[in-house]
Formats: sequence, structure tokens, C-alpha cells
Amino acid sequence: MSRAQHTTSNQQLDGAGNGLFTIAAAVGGIGLITALILGALMDHGWDRFFRSYLYAFAAVAAVCLGGLFWTMVQHASRAGWSVALRRIAENVAANLQWMWLLFIPVMLSPWLSHQYHWMHPAGDPLLEHKIPWFFGMSPLNEAGEQVGHIPWFWLFRAAFVLFVWAILSRFFYRNSVAQDATGDVNLTHRMQRFAPLGLVLYALTQSIASIDWIESLEAHWFSTMFAVYFFAASCCGFFAVQILVMKWYHRSGRLTTEITTEHYQDAGKLLFAFGVVFWAYIAFSQYMLIWYGNIPEETTWYMVRQLGGWRMVSILLLVGHFVLPFLLLVTKHTKRVTTVLGLIAAGMLIMHAVDMYYLVMPTIPGDAIATAASYEELRDAAAAGLVEVNFHPSLMDLACLLGLFGIVTAMTVKRMARHALIAQGDPRLPESLAFENF
Amino acid sequence: MTTASASMSATATPQRKRKLYGLMAEFATPAEVLHAAKRVRAEGYRWWDCFVPFPVHGLDKAMGVKPTILPILVFGCGLTGTIVAVLLQWFTNGTSFEFWALVPVIGYDFMISGKPASSIPAWIPVVFELTVLLASVGCFLLVLLLNGLPRFYHPVFRVPSFARATDDRFFLLIEARDPQFYRDKTETLLRSLNPIALEEVQD
Repeated sequence: MSRAQHTTSNQQLDGAGNGLFTIAAAVGGIGLITALILGALMDHGWDRFFRSYLYAFAAVAAVCLGGLFWTMVQHASRAGWSVALRRIAENVAANLQWMWLLFIPVMLSPWLSHQYHWMHPAGDPLLEHKIPWFFGMSPLNEAGEQVGHIPWFWLFRAAFVLFVWAILSRFFYRNSVAQDATGDVNLTHRMQRFAPLGLVLYALTQSIASIDWIESLEAHWFSTMFAVYFFAASCCGFFAVQILVMKWYHRSGRLTTEITTEHYQDAGKLLFAFGVVFWAYIAFSQYMLIWYGNIPEETTWYMVRQLGGWRMVSILLLVGHFVLPFLLLVTKHTKRVTTVLGLIAAGMLIMHAVDMYYLVMPTIPGDAIATAASYEELRDAAAAGLVEVNFHPSLMDLACLLGLFGIVTAMTVKRMARHALIAQGDPRLPESLAFENF
Repeated sequence: MTTASASMSATATPQRKRKLYGLMAEFATPAEVLHAAKRVRAEGYRWWDCFVPFPVHGLDKAMGVKPTILPILVFGCGLTGTIVAVLLQWFTNGTSFEFWALVPVIGYDFMISGKPASSIPAWIPVVFELTVLLASVGCFLLVLLLNGLPRFYHPVFRVPSFARATDDRFFLLIEARDPQFYRDKTETLLRSLNPIALEEVQD
């Protein structure tokens, strides 16, 4: 029925992406140049630059990883409804091919900044214990002095992770694009065969990435939930971006008949399920076990996030990343009004950036915690500004974030213009076009 | 065999006088039933329904089915669960007052691993579980209730060909209690829609 009635609209981006490409590239270039200038001018500028860059890298990589995860889930589950949207995920995920380029500053940061304190394990029993995980071979001589300065195993894992991401995203992007022209059903079978293996590799690599690059900022701390938290955050980032891209296509007069209100509603459901509810579930699971156990090694991570300005960030996340979007997205009506859904998605993308800030930026004011008599005393002292809690939002953070986000957006838009905006050759496309929720 | 058992039951219970329940048209394709639904709705009928083997896109809209109030009720159930869970835990763990309800009921502020008696993080799992429990059980029961279920008998099952409503046939039934229902007029309307068959449904 609906299939017969269906008419096609413009499925090529053509010139419609030029404006966004120029803006994104300009914002990206200006952002990164500003960050470099600030790095040279600020006190401890390079330390700050590398930390802010890591923050921006985590936020942007999370969005691309969400796209890769989503592409593979569609193939593994042989989903029909989502085919009209899948090219968006493929285009976003395909940035992972070049993630190794964006990773270079993070790779250099163990030497050029002080953010990874596990680089100097000598004298710290816990860090000495973790030497094999970072260095492989011990960098200490028999007297216990540090002689080696290359974290071989850490570098090897980074190379492995970035290689796997590049291969996976390239495989699914290339095969899908090749199908546009031929409509060869064997390509679908091929992607379906590799998708489950890809998901296993994805789970492994994104766990390694989040633990090695973000959790290890506080190498004394440990949480088995951390990688899942990062996964939930990456889903939030991607599903918000997916809705914004859909909205942008429609505003540019692209895919106006292919992407329907039904697809918006489902994209909204995913943002609700993964980005709001699953994220809150995981965040609370991590929090409650540490709160209940009440072991100092574990609670310090949350302690610093409940002091001074970080306390406000935590509350902002609770309200803005869970309570408010939960109440807004729980009904189907907001998900079917595309302008409202677009605004919520934009808000969730901002909250994703706040979430990554909360994850990456805080450092533990060790002295203050060690000398405080009680948590209440420390909290009041921090609120009064008597304790340094390292909450210093700066232009550097924004410059890095907009810099990387601009560059990756420009890359994505350029890629979108190269091929059709929809998986034209997918045998399940008609099913997706005719899809209705009820 | 069937004749025998039919006559047996006829002698065992006195034959009830059958009442006309409605007129039912049978169609072969979803497009036809969709078209028929639009016509029947346009004629101003209110007590009528369609029976189809799978969800026919656009049928709800063509029939003018009103949106269900189920989501709002389920949200209310969930909210009730949240409030009950908070009050329950606040009273049992966070207070120590006593009242009589046939037997003495005493709140018991029990110190667990040095936490305050009213510890919101510790309450959340119970709040979550009770919210989900009441919402899902409420949803299950309300779905049955709003659909008029459980129901052990419906007159349409007297029509033998109705068995194909779960396979490959599409039915539209106009009930006799509809104020617009007139035996002849309604039959003319349904015949004009070219059904495969037109059945009289007896109660």
C-alpha cells in the first residue's frame, strides 16, 4: 500500500552541505588555533591544553562510536525499519577511520603534560603494582628509580583500538555504499555475518579506550562500570546527533518523503532509552555501589565531583541528563513533533558535552581530602572557596571542543555529499519507507 | 456426528430466541476493508468494528479510533509506585514513631553501615522496582480492562467463516444497537462495498 504510494525526494546532498561545511571547518580551525594560542599564553597552558583536548576528543569520539555501534546492531539484528536512517550512522561512524589522526595529541600527552600520573610510578605502591598494564616491562631499575619512559603496552593497545575502529567503520561504510549502485544482496549477507564479531570487537576496544584514556587519569581509582558508562554516554551523543542530522536533511529539503514522523519517533525512543534511561541506570549503578561500600580508594572519585563547582555540575547532570529529558521524552507526542524533538536532541548533545566534562576534567585535590576531618567539613570549606577543587572552566575547553567538533562535522558533511544520503540499494529499504509505529 | 451433537444440545437446553447482533461483511484485501471503514464512518455509524489478521496501516485513522488514555493511566500507576516506595522506606527506616492499626506499627530507624537513617541513594533501587512493578502490572490489567477482557464469548464466533479473521480475511461488523442501524439500509450500504460475503450475526 504505502510502498505503491511512495515517491522519492532528493536523495543527494549536492550543494546543500556547502554552508555547513564552511561554518564547521571555520569553527574547527579557529577553535584549534585558539586552543594552541591559549596553550602558549596561559599559566600551565600546555597541561591545560592536553586535558581539554582529551575532553574534546572523548566527546567527539563517543558520538562516532555510538554510530558504529548502531550500524552494527542494525546488521546483527537484520533490522528493516531503520534502513532509511542507517546511512547517517555509517557517515558518522566513518570518521573513526581518521580517529588516529585526532588521537595524536592524546598519544603525546603522557610526555608533554602531567595528566597521566601513572607515567611516574616510582614510590607509589599502587602505581608500581600497575606497571605491567601501562609499561609492559618495568621502567624502574633495581634501585627503584625510573629509567624507562615509554608506556609500551598502553601505546600498543591504543594502536590496536584505533586500528579496529578504522577497519570496522570502513568495512560497513564501504559495503553499504557499494550496494547503492548494485543492490547486491550478498553485501547485506556479508555485513550481517561480520556484525556480531564486530560488536564483540567494539565492546572490547571501547572498554580499553575508556579505561586507558579517561579512567586512568585517576589511576588509583577503579570501577568495573566505567566502560559501560562511557558506552551509555556514546549512545546518548550519537542518538542526539542522529535526530539533529535528520532535522537538518529535512530543512535542506533532502529525504523529505523517505524520513517520516515514524522514524523521528523511533529515533526519539532510542534517545530516551539509551541516552536518558540507560545512562541514568548505569550512572546510578556505579554511584550506589561505591557509596554503599564507602571505601576511600573508590569514594575519592565521587568526592571531588561533589565539591565546590563540581557539585553543581553533578546536579546539572542529574536534572538535565535524566529528570528533565525523562519527563519530556516519556510521551510519544514530543517525539512526533520534530521541532520539539530536535530541541530536546540539541539539549541532550549539550548534556553529553557536560557529561564528558564531568568525566574527564576533575582532578583530585589530594591534600585537602587527606587533611579534612569529615566530608561535611570539606564540603563547606569547598563551598566557601577555601579549598582548591580545580573547577576552572576556561575558554580552552570550549575552543578544543568546538575545534574537534567542527573538524569532525566538516569531515562528515563532506562525506555525506559524496554518496546518496540513504542506503539506496539495501533490499530492506522499502520496508523501512513503509514503516509505521501503529 | 456434528448434527447429532447439535440436536442433542438443542434438546438438552430449550432453544433461546436469537436476537440480531449485527451485520458482518467479509473482505479479501486490506485495501477493501480500509475503504469500507471510511464509508461506514462517513455514514455516521458509531457501534461498529473491524477484525483483521494483522495491523492494517491507517485503519485506526480511517475508523476514527480515539487515542487511548492508557499511557496516562500507566504513568499514574508508576507515579503511585514511586510515592509508595518513598513513603514506605521513609516510615520503616527513617522514623521511629508508633501508631495503632489493630496492632502497634512502629517505624524502625536502623543504622546500617554508618549511613544516615534516611539515605536516598539506598532507597532508589526499591523506588525503581516498585515504579516498574506497578506500571507494568497496571498496564497489563488496564489493557485487559479497557478492551473489555476477559470475555469468554462473542457473537461473531457463531459465524463459521470468521475463523479466517486470524488468517487471510478482513471483516467489518456493524452492531444492531447502533442508532443508525436499520436492517435494510445497513445491508444496502454493506452490499454496495462489494464484500465476498455478508453474514447476519445472531446473539
